[in-house]
Amino acid sequence: MRFVANVRVLLKDGVLDPQGETITRALRDLGFGSVTKTSTGKLFKLEIDSNTEADAKKIASEAATRLLANPVIERYEIEVAR
Amino acid sequence: MKAGVIVFPGSNCDRDAYRAFKLVGGGQVVYLWHGSRDLEGCDIVVLPGGFSYGDYLRAGAIARFSPIMKKVTEFARGGGVVFGICNGFQILTESGLLPGALLRNSGLRFVCREVNLRVENDRSLLTAGLATGSLLKMPVAHGEGGYFADPATLAAVESKEQVVLRYSNEAGVITSEANPNGSLNNIAGIVSDGGNVFGMMPHPERACEQVLGSAGGLKLLVSLCENIAGGVVARQGD
Repeated sequence: MRFVANVRVLLKDGVLDPQGETITRALRDLGFGSVTKTSTGKLFKLEIDSNTEADAKKIASEAATRLLANPVIERYEIEVAR
Repeated sequence: MKAGVIVFPGSNCDRDAYRAFKLVGGGQVVYLWHGSRDLEGCDIVVLPGGFSYGDYLRAGAIARFSPIMKKVTEFARGGGVVFGICNGFQILTESGLLPGALLRNSGLRFVCREVNLRVENDRSLLTAGLATGSLLKMPVAHGEGGYFADPATLAAVESKEQVVLRYSNEAGVITSEANPNGSLNNIAGIVSDGGNVFGMMPHPERACEQVLGSAGGLKLLVSLCENIAGGVVARQGD
């Protein structure tokens, strides 16, 4: 079965995010005064052939741990759908 | 002494490093292909600067899975001397051979200019030829050079005196203005807990001849080569 795993990788709290800060300033300059913080990250869409959703999630999780995220500075979240 | 310079797809300081180690090492220098599984009996392995694998995903993230990195890891775990410059430093942190990570520069720009470095520790192989507090000039050229470690790791790196070089001003004072990339504690270069794996963002191999602007980097490479050749490979913990 083909599953799609969306792996969202974000910087951990406390890690400087200069891109996010710059984007927040730009948004505020554009009139989005209510935006107080922007966090940048990456989204990986993995198409996975596996028997169950749990297996797909496990594979995505291993991929995130070993390669997609650097655990020193990043954390990740995974959503799996058919 | 035999030095090996690893060539990854996208390395662009491999020739500079080869030439610099030829200049100071007084021995053999060879290129080691990233796809190889043989360190060819080298006494030191150099991971040069550049943009290995296009810096895709994160700088150094893909290069760490190169076949040769398995051998480099074994070599380092066995006490062998490994030296990562710029992208090489990024690869070593991604590999877990050095603590911490290198973040996008705080100013968001690629920084390419000369910096002043202060020697923080005269007991490492890289800096044993220099007094603590001496100043060196050499270039940086990177977009992701902000040294980061979580508070516990940073405290350990500092207390074990693993910081070998910091960004300073011309007077040797550590200031935020002298910090080109937002590195925590102005850290420019570190050594592993074992004392045999080195990483630094500035480019000593590009500062080996006064005619090119500075010979500050030469002193580091001379120290490294003399200490390796003299068999003074400090293996703390052995």
